[in-house]
Amino acid sequence: MTATPTRLVRNREPGPQRFRELTGQIGWGIFTWVVGIAFFLPVLWMLITAFKPESAAETWPPKFTFSPTLAEFRLVFSGWGPFVTHSAIATIGSTILVLVLGVPAAYALSVHPVKHWRDGLFFFISTKMLPIVAAIGPLYVIALKLHLLDSIWLLIILYTAMNLPLAIWMIRSFMLEVPKELLEAARLDGAGRIREMTGVILPVVSPGLVSTALICVIFAWNELFLALNLTTVNAATMPMYLISSVPQEGLYIAHLSAAATVASVPVIAVGWIAQRSLVRGLSMGAIK
Amino acid sequence: MAVVETGAAPPVAAIRPRGASRREGWQRRLPLLPALIYVVVVTQVPFVVTLWYSFQNYFFDVPAPAHFTGFSNYTQAFTNSAFRGSLLRSVEMTVTAVIVSMILGVAFAVLLDRKFFGRSIVRTLIITPFLVMPAAAALVWSGPMLDPNFGLLNWLLEPFGVNHVAWLSTHALGAVIVVMIWQWTPFMTLIVLAGLQGQPAETLEAAKVDGAGAFATFRELTIPHLRPYIELGILLGSIYLVNVFDQVRLMTVGGAAAAGVITVILTIIVATFALRMFARVFQFEEAGI
Repeated sequence: MTATPTRLVRNREPGPQRFRELTGQIGWGIFTWVVGIAFFLPVLWMLITAFKPESAAETWPPKFTFSPTLAEFRLVFSGWGPFVTHSAIATIGSTILVLVLGVPAAYALSVHPVKHWRDGLFFFISTKMLPIVAAIGPLYVIALKLHLLDSIWLLIILYTAMNLPLAIWMIRSFMLEVPKELLEAARLDGAGRIREMTGVILPVVSPGLVSTALICVIFAWNELFLALNLTTVNAATMPMYLISSVPQEGLYIAHLSAAATVASVPVIAVGWIAQRSLVRGLSMGAIK
Repeated sequence: MAVVETGAAPPVAAIRPRGASRREGWQRRLPLLPALIYVVVVTQVPFVVTLWYSFQNYFFDVPAPAHFTGFSNYTQAFTNSAFRGSLLRSVEMTVTAVIVSMILGVAFAVLLDRKFFGRSIVRTLIITPFLVMPAAAALVWSGPMLDPNFGLLNWLLEPFGVNHVAWLSTHALGAVIVVMIWQWTPFMTLIVLAGLQGQPAETLEAAKVDGAGAFATFRELTIPHLRPYIELGILLGSIYLVNVFDQVRLMTVGGAAAAGVITVILTIIVATFALRMFARVFQFEEAGI
């Protein structure tokens, strides 16, 4: 750890200097707390506002004491049924498909790499550089011709393509971490490619697959643009519900906050619980 | 097996590995194919269609048959000052948002790399904006946070002489950029933090023994070590943010196929630059870093 040498040096230092260093450390700790809370403030304000009655949400100065109510949440939950179902299906479906396609692809780019593995990797990541907006018109026409418009399958297909490049990249980096000795031992035992995959690689990379799936879930759950342009009723997702829940007139800030909270909470909760996995996924996938 | 056509028949043993290696080659390629075909079909075909439409006079909501119009769509898009302006703005916004969130990301990562009470809680707080649904972030910022009459920000800034500023109308671009920075700083923080924690402790200790100050150590040792991580964060951030701003632009300006193709071409230019950085990351990897 980076802190170890500091501690070793500090033990040798005389009292006053050690004291100064200690207060400095506490000062930086407090500063970091302040920064963290300031950064979290908009989320906190969203949560607080969601529990306000509508009349207490749009006041000057902003109210911090009020009698909390669940009225707005009740209103949000009364209409979210189909939307949350569509979102869940599109998110889970596309994430599974990403793993099914991504694991073999990552394998072919790492463990037994194809000849031009680097070009392959570049190709996958380069598809992320093509802006979706430039293709939305043709996508609409193609979906219309294939009778896929406003269908959950369309979202699953597109979200898979959206997440697959990053996923392949990440899974590949986890596969590179598999010790060569393990692969060698399996080969000596006469294991074929399939048994090598199921018996050696998958058990080792499974935490990495969790991280990858997590990031795919975040991006798929939060996606708005494609859903907005290619679906209307039968496949409308949570972000669309959120947008449609903002009325054109009247007081709506509390309702908006409640809807935003409900729409965001699943991903926030998953992200908090699996924080280590998320950090690991981003950092490992990033560099290796 | 391969048929040998030349008179001077090479030894059979020499042919067999070639056949075997071909089989081996396909064994290697096979797992890659499903993903490759999938990505080509789903992401490349619509772009080819975009290219095709960009030379046509075609509206998908009008039943009249399409016909070839050459470059007229392009001249239209290029001479449309609204389109040019918005394109430039989207580049400007991406660059600003990515650079600022990276600077903040490095600062936050350095702060979080120290040991202090409740570190994991603060890290959780800082990660959260990345997890908030972007549509929710946009709504919460535009309403409860930035509203001129009851927004929290105006209340917080009131002691500093700020009086009911309508941020969204006076600083529209700035407001969008701030929200994007808020959402992407956590992402940068996480990547840089991973880099900091992967820094070998011995090097830092050696620097300290040699009497190097904290700032010199950071500049001479930490920044070079972080470089691939920073480049990577910038690359990924640019890819995602440019898409977001394009979407904002489409919703505000509207897009013809030719405009779309111009966007693609410009994006590819940016991407080539980005890919070079990406390639460097791989060189680092080969050097064993």
